[in-house]
Amino acid sequence: MAMQFYASPEQIMRDRSELARKGIARGRSAVVLSYAGGVLFVAENLSSALHKVSEIYDRIGFAAVGRYNEFENLRRAGVRMADLNGLSYDRRDVTGLGLANAYAQTLGAIFTEQSKPFEVEICVAEVGATPEDDSLYRNTYDGSVTDEPGRMAMGGQAEAIAGVLKSNHRSDMSLGEAVKVAVQALASVGGEGGAARAIAANQLEVAVLDRNRVGRTFRRITGGALTALLDGDAAGDAASEAGREKTPTTPTEEAHKPTTSAGSADLEDKPGDKSGA
Amino acid sequence: MAAGFDPSGRLPDVFTNAGTSSFTTFLSRVAPEMLPGRRALPPGMAADLAPHATTIVAIAAAGGVVMAGDRRATMGNLIAQRDIEKVHPADAYSLVGIAGTAGVGIELMRLFQVELEHYEKIEGAMLSLDGKANRLASMIRGNLGAAMQGLAVIPLFAGFDLAAKDPARAGRIFSFDVTGGPYEETGYDAIGSGSLFAKSALKKRFRTGLSVDDAVRLAVEALYDAADDDTATGGPDLSRRIFPVVMTATAEGTYRLTDAETAAIGESVVAGRMENPGG
Repeated sequence: MAMQFYASPEQIMRDRSELARKGIARGRSAVVLSYAGGVLFVAENLSSALHKVSEIYDRIGFAAVGRYNEFENLRRAGVRMADLNGLSYDRRDVTGLGLANAYAQTLGAIFTEQSKPFEVEICVAEVGATPEDDSLYRNTYDGSVTDEPGRMAMGGQAEAIAGVLKSNHRSDMSLGEAVKVAVQALASVGGEGGAARAIAANQLEVAVLDRNRVGRTFRRITGGALTALLDGDAAGDAASEAGREKTPTTPTEEAHKPTTSAGSADLEDKPGDKSGA
Repeated sequence: MAAGFDPSGRLPDVFTNAGTSSFTTFLSRVAPEMLPGRRALPPGMAADLAPHATTIVAIAAAGGVVMAGDRRATMGNLIAQRDIEKVHPADAYSLVGIAGTAGVGIELMRLFQVELEHYEKIEGAMLSLDGKANRLASMIRGNLGAAMQGLAVIPLFAGFDLAAKDPARAGRIFSFDVTGGPYEETGYDAIGSGSLFAKSALKKRFRTGLSVDDAVRLAVEALYDAADDDTATGGPDLSRRIFPVVMTATAEGTYRLTDAETAAIGESVVAGRMENPGG
């Protein structure tokens, strides 16, 4: 008979967390934020066909980072669940919270039951009547779900990106400003020696949930419209942006959130990270 | 939800598997009782059980298509509803009108709208116009059992074909029967109890290459002719300000004429008939 090795549940969970976090950190990042006219999704994505950002329902959008096949699986499930509930009740009765809860249950079950967790991080965003009414939910690989304050970053180096985002983001920004803030945050990492870099328009996937639309609010911004947004009033905004360019790219305290979640925090023992504990 | 109990609380496999892009196929696995065709009906005729929705006309115009429906639902000799809406957008570029048993028709139409939206979200691309018509045909076929007991629903489907080579001919119309279809129509078509009279009127007055505005006017005229000879079709109701629902599908998408716009056209048609009742 083969020798059975004992592995403590604690060790198993820690290994799974590490696998998931490493997988997610390898990928390109995505940011989601509220602005005056709705909710903006910006993901760094080399493919124009394989989407990281998608429509789920009238006022609900989906953004994900990590393994494509795994989050695509969850995206389909979300569309099916939302359409089923919308047909059974009414279109207004489909909420982001319901979807975030279903994802949390599913990711949690996969994390504990399967030999390999999903290497994904998901944002379920619901646009409201005002920026204060927007909800952004972060679903992580272990099934934990957090309610984010109007902005969030996911993926590789999410902490640094979230730091830049936090210092630049305001909920009353226009779409043009919001896109620039999001791209600036994404570009703040990954350059030579940790410096900022430039991201071309064709490497970005941009979409919004438009607050002022009735019915389906999701729309993609591509091609000429995106280039115009990225270049638009570059001169006019330069003066006001000058002060904001010197934002810290080092992780801030709040930015610890992205890759450590409530469920896994006590399983991690990263040296030097225990300052808050 | 009908799928089996899973103690982990995760979404059942039927939600997450790659499987199908069709919402009705998904529904048949998760909640088959929500599909109109899956319900067992007691034997016997049920034709007089529920209100019937009546006349719909569709006209292909240059650069689009127009669909209009009267507002009456009848139950035997009674008017069940004066302001029912039977013409709806199926998605951003297509329209669907329903004649027959009103309740089943409204349910099928809602399901069809979700079907098209669902495919678009899952696949990231819209179905072709022919694909949409085929999908509607299979949903009507699913209702065949109920149709044989008198609860028939016949839709009229029209849309702007984004893949058409000539934008002037992109407006296309599809009709169906209780066993499915679709049958593509040239120029114009009508369904419902007053369709005979509406089609007779259109046969004499339709010309290819009509402008969308002229086609709108022609559709309202045809509905007037249907209401003139068919008691189940409602004409323009000037005292209650109830006028036909008129929608267009063009390259810019679907558009429903406002109440003020349809009122102006309805009043002008009635004024014309004051001088010449035959139109």
